[in-house]
Amino acid sequence: MNRALTASLPGSADARHIRWRRLVDRGFQALALAVLLATLAALAALIADVWRDGAGRLSWDFVTSFPSRRASQAGIWHALTGSIFVLVLTAAIAVPIGVAAAIYLEEYGSRSRSARLIEINITNLAAVPSVIYGLLGLSLFVRMLALGRSVLAGAATLALLVLPIVILSTREALRAVPKSVREGSYALGATKWQTIWHQVLPVAFPGILTGLILALSRAIGETAPLITIGAVTFVTFAPDSIWSPFTVLPIQVFNWVSRPQPEFQANAAAGILVLLALLLTMNAAAIWLRDRYRRKDAA
Amino acid sequence: MSATPTVPPSLSEIAARRGPPPRTPGPCKIEADRLNFFYGEKRALEDISLQIRPNVVTAFIGPSGCGKSTFLRTLNRMNDIIAGTRVEGEVRIDQLNIYDPGVDVVALRRKVGMVFQKSNPFPKSIFENVAYGLRINGLTASKADLSARVEESLRQAALWDEVKDRLQDSALALSGGQQQRLCIARALAVRPDILLMDEPASALDPIATQRIEELVYDLKRRYTIVIVTHNMQQAARVSDYTAFFWLGRLVEYDRTDRIFTAPAEKLTEDYVTGRFG
Repeated sequence: MNRALTASLPGSADARHIRWRRLVDRGFQALALAVLLATLAALAALIADVWRDGAGRLSWDFVTSFPSRRASQAGIWHALTGSIFVLVLTAAIAVPIGVAAAIYLEEYGSRSRSARLIEINITNLAAVPSVIYGLLGLSLFVRMLALGRSVLAGAATLALLVLPIVILSTREALRAVPKSVREGSYALGATKWQTIWHQVLPVAFPGILTGLILALSRAIGETAPLITIGAVTFVTFAPDSIWSPFTVLPIQVFNWVSRPQPEFQANAAAGILVLLALLLTMNAAAIWLRDRYRRKDAA
Repeated sequence: MSATPTVPPSLSEIAARRGPPPRTPGPCKIEADRLNFFYGEKRALEDISLQIRPNVVTAFIGPSGCGKSTFLRTLNRMNDIIAGTRVEGEVRIDQLNIYDPGVDVVALRRKVGMVFQKSNPFPKSIFENVAYGLRINGLTASKADLSARVEESLRQAALWDEVKDRLQDSALALSGGQQQRLCIARALAVRPDILLMDEPASALDPIATQRIEELVYDLKRRYTIVIVTHNMQQAARVSDYTAFFWLGRLVEYDRTDRIFTAPAEKLTEDYVTGRFG
């Protein structure tokens, strides 16, 4: 202790060195904070801009009305329900398939060469532009499987789009489960499936959920693949079955933005606010679910 | 202090000096017969042959990397889940070779329980930790039966009095020593014949360690226990027989008192007296 103190007496070389290191430390902290604030400022500016344009149009009537040629009467109900419908169906398709595929790759097939090849390809698929998935959906679901331009075809297309994200993030979550949990289960005479179902999946669940949030957040904002498969931009009714034609919020916003009248620009801004609200609600629900699950473990 | 031999005597040298390896008298619970174990190309165990008697505590000692844990894990085939491992030779439990193709690993592991170096309770309640083995193996007929078996197991592991009022609390809230006893209770719940313990007290404080050792002593009336330890005092305190491993070989296997007071091998003597290791 004494030695350390004398060694850093004011004015000594050591003390100067310590001061310099502290300065670098603080400098980096300030830099990181500045970068973070700049990012947040961009987001805030965007939201403020949209809010200024659209808040005036935002009302319960706007949410519950159908589209109209008159901007002041046009609403977003059809697109909102369409988005929710498509999203729920996308999750219903992508989650079981994606999680099952990840379980196979991670738990059963991870030692084989073919599994490695598949993994590389899934990573590549995650980077494929979404409009390509739209073309795939058009030829596969709309035409070959004759699903038409329906909610089901749209959801199936979006499910394909987010499947790589679901698989990769689920694999990461499974890989993060400590080996000791698996060993403890096997040592009690559990089969592989019992170990996965009772021990591995519950531990991995929060991580899997995080991946799903990411995947569905991407799906909710997609426009290109749905336009490609022919989601209509002007429907005057809410979808009532998986076979209904539909539209979604981003397409409706795109439609309004491309019109010359300023009233429709306001509608577009309001539509963006609704989309953001839906996205945030969805994410908040998922985060709440995840935290509740984590707390239950730690209780 | 420089007595550390750099080249291990070969098995044939050991055998020539001592005659055949000691065969423990009486019935034999576990018998390894010229067991070799490979991680990929690397041979981790070389020609291990030994016989373990029922209802005694057998300790495996030796320096880090000597193969004692690897050997322990061949006894319930836990090494199967590691990629690229290979076994030659036989391990017989109750005269049955557990590496026979027809052997069901699930049934084997129910009969041969295991406690790990780092306590690994499941992130569930205390009750569910103990009930898990019973549930997955379908061992209890009713809820009352399940509760009774959980209580019985926790009592056997000397944990019941400490947790009986908070069975629904998370197991992760227990202290390290309690967690390890919970893992022992969990292993006992499925009523194994054999209990394998891989350095069960190495992460615990002296008092928690003492409780585990007392527990091992109590449990040997009902179970055959094999315990890996790097703590020689512990081996001397809890075990009836001790096997000394070095560089993947079984150097000496005898009654614990003889290993610690009059070992036949110079290498064993050097190790137990702390000259290396």
